[in-house]
Amino acid sequence: MKLAARDLACRRGGRLVFDRLSFSVARGQGLIVTGRNGAGKSSLLRVVAGLLTPEGGELTVDGGDPELSLGEQCHYIGHQDAQKPSLTVLENLTFWTRFLDGEPNRINDALTATGLEDLAALPAGYLSAGQRRRLSLARLIAIPRPVWLLDEPTTALDVSAQEMLARLMAQHLDGGGLILAAVHGAIGLKHAQELRL
Amino acid sequence: MTALSALMVRDLRLAVRVGGGALIGVLFFLIVVTLIPFAIGPDLNLLARIGPAILWLGALLASLLTLDRLLAADQEDGSLDLLLMGRAPLELAFATKAAAHWLATGLPLVVAAPLLGLLLNLDLPAIGAVMLTLLVGTPALTFIGLIGAALAAALRRGGLLLAVLVLPLTIPVLIFGVASTTAAVMGPVPFGTPFAILCALSLASLVIGPFAAALAIRHGLE
Amino acid sequence: MLAAPRDGATTSGEPQMALIDLANPTRFLALTQRLLPWLTAATLVVLAAGLYLSATAPDDYQQGATVKIMFLHVPSAWLAMAIWGLMSLAALGTLVWRHPLADVAGKAAVPIGAAFTLICLVTGSLWGRPTWGTYWVWDARLTSVLVLFIMYLAVMTLWRTIDDPSRAARAAAVLTLVGTINLPIIKFSVDWWNTLHQPASVLRAGGPTIDPSLLWPLLVMALAFLLMFITLHLAVMRNEILRRRVRTLSLMKAEAATA
Repeated sequence: MKLAARDLACRRGGRLVFDRLSFSVARGQGLIVTGRNGAGKSSLLRVVAGLLTPEGGELTVDGGDPELSLGEQCHYIGHQDAQKPSLTVLENLTFWTRFLDGEPNRINDALTATGLEDLAALPAGYLSAGQRRRLSLARLIAIPRPVWLLDEPTTALDVSAQEMLARLMAQHLDGGGLILAAVHGAIGLKHAQELRL
Repeated sequence: MTALSALMVRDLRLAVRVGGGALIGVLFFLIVVTLIPFAIGPDLNLLARIGPAILWLGALLASLLTLDRLLAADQEDGSLDLLLMGRAPLELAFATKAAAHWLATGLPLVVAAPLLGLLLNLDLPAIGAVMLTLLVGTPALTFIGLIGAALAAALRRGGLLLAVLVLPLTIPVLIFGVASTTAAVMGPVPFGTPFAILCALSLASLVIGPFAAALAIRHGLE
Repeated sequence: MLAAPRDGATTSGEPQMALIDLANPTRFLALTQRLLPWLTAATLVVLAAGLYLSATAPDDYQQGATVKIMFLHVPSAWLAMAIWGLMSLAALGTLVWRHPLADVAGKAAVPIGAAFTLICLVTGSLWGRPTWGTYWVWDARLTSVLVLFIMYLAVMTLWRTIDDPSRAARAAAVLTLVGTINLPIIKFSVDWWNTLHQPASVLRAGGPTIDPSLLWPLLVMALAFLLMFITLHLAVMRNEILRRRVRTLSLMKAEAATA
């Protein structure tokens, strides 16, 4: 699967956030998007996810599933966690796994890999910010999708969790997936192109 | 379990666990019905005559005022983004959410209506007629209200904006709901005529509501 | 606060009966565990006695046997009002004296008070049906009880809406106290409203004076209801304390797992 953008432009809140943006990402490749706050990193990820309509330019997808739109083949881990505080950790993950057509038998592995298996029965509202972020990342394991769009994924993560994320990302790329990650610092994504906004 | 049934189960769970639960709508219904006699006096004959109208108004307000968090809550925590990225069509996802909301909030109003009808001195045929018309009409209120909920979420405003946008759209449902009830109780119009129109309005809203809501969300995206 | 529950045993092993010691949740749990079986037994005995006396009391010359609904209706009305009074004391305990179990007492009383109010409304309605010909009239007394019922449900809703127990406690305490101030005003307004809209007939559900043969069953039933309230109240308080402990332990577990 290959993802390419040509002359992509995005307007948000009346302001032209970026213009004439071009890049391409192929199988097993990662793209790190950097830039100062407000440069448009989050907006770019949202455009790829289909959550934001670009003002100009085009996004093309080679390969992948022709029946599905680009957004339906992406994971989007944004600033928010998409978790309901009154549902348990397990209920939250199970819901998204079922809704996003994931694999329910991978749920327990996902919780174990992110270190949340002991907290599965607790309400998600009791979790710390780092634990909630790990629960979001558990979606990546339980639901296989080729393109990962990660917006500052290491926020609130401690060192061991960051290492876990780095391993996950490496495995995903080895398996032929694509990653676009918006970051401020380094996140341990080896051999990735950089796109500076 | 399919994507949409998972969504239905989640929304029903949330309705039971979060905040006042579904019963806050019923409590609001009770309060509205209690307020009317304070305003117009306790004349039982008068209350019995306008009772169906009071119950319909109460159910309408209770339905709509509980709707404004339906989509706003999902938007605020990022769930709406993921709903858009699911493989189920957004229109169906919204229809599922509206259906769950009706089961959790609208249906209890229908069940509470007979007890409130007793407070208003309605007799048994009138209570039966009100229950039936509310059963058929409250889904219309929920699905029309879904449009307002979507607009409120897309515009990131809530509260009275939703009410202002949606209440005018519910006027036909109110008219035919009360007309059917009155026809059942005293005639002279046969019950079937306004009731069939009420059913038609409900069925139409089951389709128009989710499509309009999906349109509002997609265009309001940022 | 995430401090683990303290152990409540004194060095002598003998719990004292001073009110201040009931402030310790652990000691409260131990004490109520011993008391509840006795209270339950006492409630059942007095309730049986009250029901027997009610069943064997003479019929009213006007209303016949339906007057006996009074034996359920009047005590439940007394309890409904008394429980709100207790909730006001608990509210003051929460906000002013900061007694540790005050908010638990307040929260536990609400559903029981609402239930007694509902019993009062339903029995009043059933009692009124033969007398008035309808299940409900908007007379001053019934309407005031209906408003009291709504206030109970409002406090219950508030408790359910806020997740953190201490924040919910303060909000519920404020609402309870506002309600306490407002209820006499509401009662006065409803009486005034009732005089504005003179009902068609003067409705007196029950005689102006109570015959002694009817008084004893009434008092025994009132005592039975009071015991029922105390038993249920202590049981609900126990549940609430245990529920909060579960919550605290869950929070601690989540915090500990951030390793």
